[in-house]
Amino acid sequence: MIEIQDLHKHFGGFHAVDGVSLTIEQGSITGLIGPNGAGKTTLFNAIAGLHKPTNGKVLLGGEDITGLAPHQLFHKGVMRTFQIAHEFASMSCRENLMMVPSNQFGETLWNTWFGRRRIADQERALTAKADEVLEFLTISHLSDEKAGQVSGGQKKLLELGRTMMVDAKIVFLDEVGAGVNRTLLNTIADAIKRLNKERGYTFVVIEHDMDFIEKLCDPVICMAEGKVLAHGSLAEIKNNEHVIEAYLGTGLKNKEKNVVQ
Amino acid sequence: MEFLHAIIVLSNFVVIPAIAYGSQLALGALGVTLVYGILRFSNFAHGDTMAFGTMVAILFTWWFQSIGVSIAPLPTALLALPIAIVVTAALLLGTDRVVLRFYRKQKSAPVILLIVSLGIMFVYNGLVRFIIGVGDQRFSDGARFIISARDFKKLTGLDEGLAIKTTQVITVITAILVVAILFWFLNRTRTGKSMRAFSDNEDLALLSGINPERVVLYTWLIVAALATIAGTLYGLDKSFKPFVYFQLLLPIFAAAIVGGLGNPLGAIAGGFLIAFSEVFITYAWKKVLMYTLPEQFAPSGLMQLLATEYKFAVSFAILLVVLLFKPTGLFKGKSL
Repeated sequence: MIEIQDLHKHFGGFHAVDGVSLTIEQGSITGLIGPNGAGKTTLFNAIAGLHKPTNGKVLLGGEDITGLAPHQLFHKGVMRTFQIAHEFASMSCRENLMMVPSNQFGETLWNTWFGRRRIADQERALTAKADEVLEFLTISHLSDEKAGQVSGGQKKLLELGRTMMVDAKIVFLDEVGAGVNRTLLNTIADAIKRLNKERGYTFVVIEHDMDFIEKLCDPVICMAEGKVLAHGSLAEIKNNEHVIEAYLGTGLKNKEKNVVQ
Repeated sequence: MEFLHAIIVLSNFVVIPAIAYGSQLALGALGVTLVYGILRFSNFAHGDTMAFGTMVAILFTWWFQSIGVSIAPLPTALLALPIAIVVTAALLLGTDRVVLRFYRKQKSAPVILLIVSLGIMFVYNGLVRFIIGVGDQRFSDGARFIISARDFKKLTGLDEGLAIKTTQVITVITAILVVAILFWFLNRTRTGKSMRAFSDNEDLALLSGINPERVVLYTWLIVAALATIAGTLYGLDKSFKPFVYFQLLLPIFAAAIVGGLGNPLGAIAGGFLIAFSEVFITYAWKKVLMYTLPEQFAPSGLMQLLATEYKFAVSFAILLVVLLFKPTGLFKGKSL
């Protein structure tokens, strides 16, 4: 699905992403783990077009998409969410979702003035769709609230909802679980699973919560210091010496030993 | 009767001129605030954009007058306005393509764009002076008054006159229309909503598939219209002089900042606040006080707080106070 070839992103002398090559399979939910500052988010930014990669290539289904602008990638079905949820604060949750589908009829100046009826039809359809998405995410009671005023976890749901307004191919989720309570986290996990099954979305998930990773992700990639340390199933990752040293620490292994004992 | 006279004097010299001036400032400040909210820099070239737009309107007005086209009793300049907007839009889009787009691609800091806009300001400034000269140009024609002071006196039998100039009425009506259309556009249309989204959160807007170049294009089109309309109305009401438009930058920025940069509603409120303060403080209150105070308190001086030459000090003082005590402006700034 997505193939990354020797991707570099340098900020001055700092090599945030330092030669990452990996392949993400169609229909998978890939977990991306690693210590803070490992370059996970930078990798996302470089793929999703917020930063231009210094070097290397990103291929989407064989097509070179390196360095395309975010809105161009959006039209190719590449979407991402943010570690700290972004929202259009002054708009309602429903309007936030309705912003997403682009190339809407009312977007040209001419149609704005002379195509009122078609715009109204489209708007109705969008409203229905937005309500459906809010229902799916169990936040339909918030549809008229200003998005800037809902809680952090609900903003995360809203971000997930944004990817559902159009048919995304691949979605990059940056720490969906950060600062979200358990119940809400389960809702998010279920939503991700359903989207993956029912609509065939491919996901790449950055997450620090290992339970969440365990529940959802296969395979898992571990990054550290801008490089890929390991790539494989969760069990393989957990037992990889490098990963334990750089990220998981010995705690997890000990815990499992205790469980075995 | 005395009190009525006082009110009439006040309306004639303070309220009506301030409303007209406030509408002009509000339209100017709206342009500044839109650029700040959506393109994220303070556009110092706005005053000279207004001058350029007005200059084009004047040139076409003259041409219309020479071939005998007129829409009397309305000023011919209104006929020239749409053409002037198109020409100004072309200039702004050209500038954006040649200069600003480069810095946008570089993701330059707002302060760099500010300096760039300063450069653009000097270029526009020179361009306008080169084409039309530095002198005073009068271009208002048609009926001068809707009701003149003498007619008013005759009509009501009062001692004080109330004059309402055609240009003042046109200014206010045009301003209301423009603001209504702008707000409808920003709040009700897809394009407007994309612009608001872009102003709200640029990264997210990009990732939601909003094409930034299109948003920029529409912003400049709207700014061209606002600047040309504001400039032409000001020129009709007073007169056109390139240097005066350059100076207008201060009250316009003061209005936008006082209202909260990036907030269109704030720009309008700020425009009127600045205009009323300016007129109030530089007006000689002697006559009004003579009518309202008992005779023994009648003032002997002009009762003018500040000479009109210093009127820019007023916007400057307000700007200072607002920045000290409420830096985001009266309305919450930096969001559309």
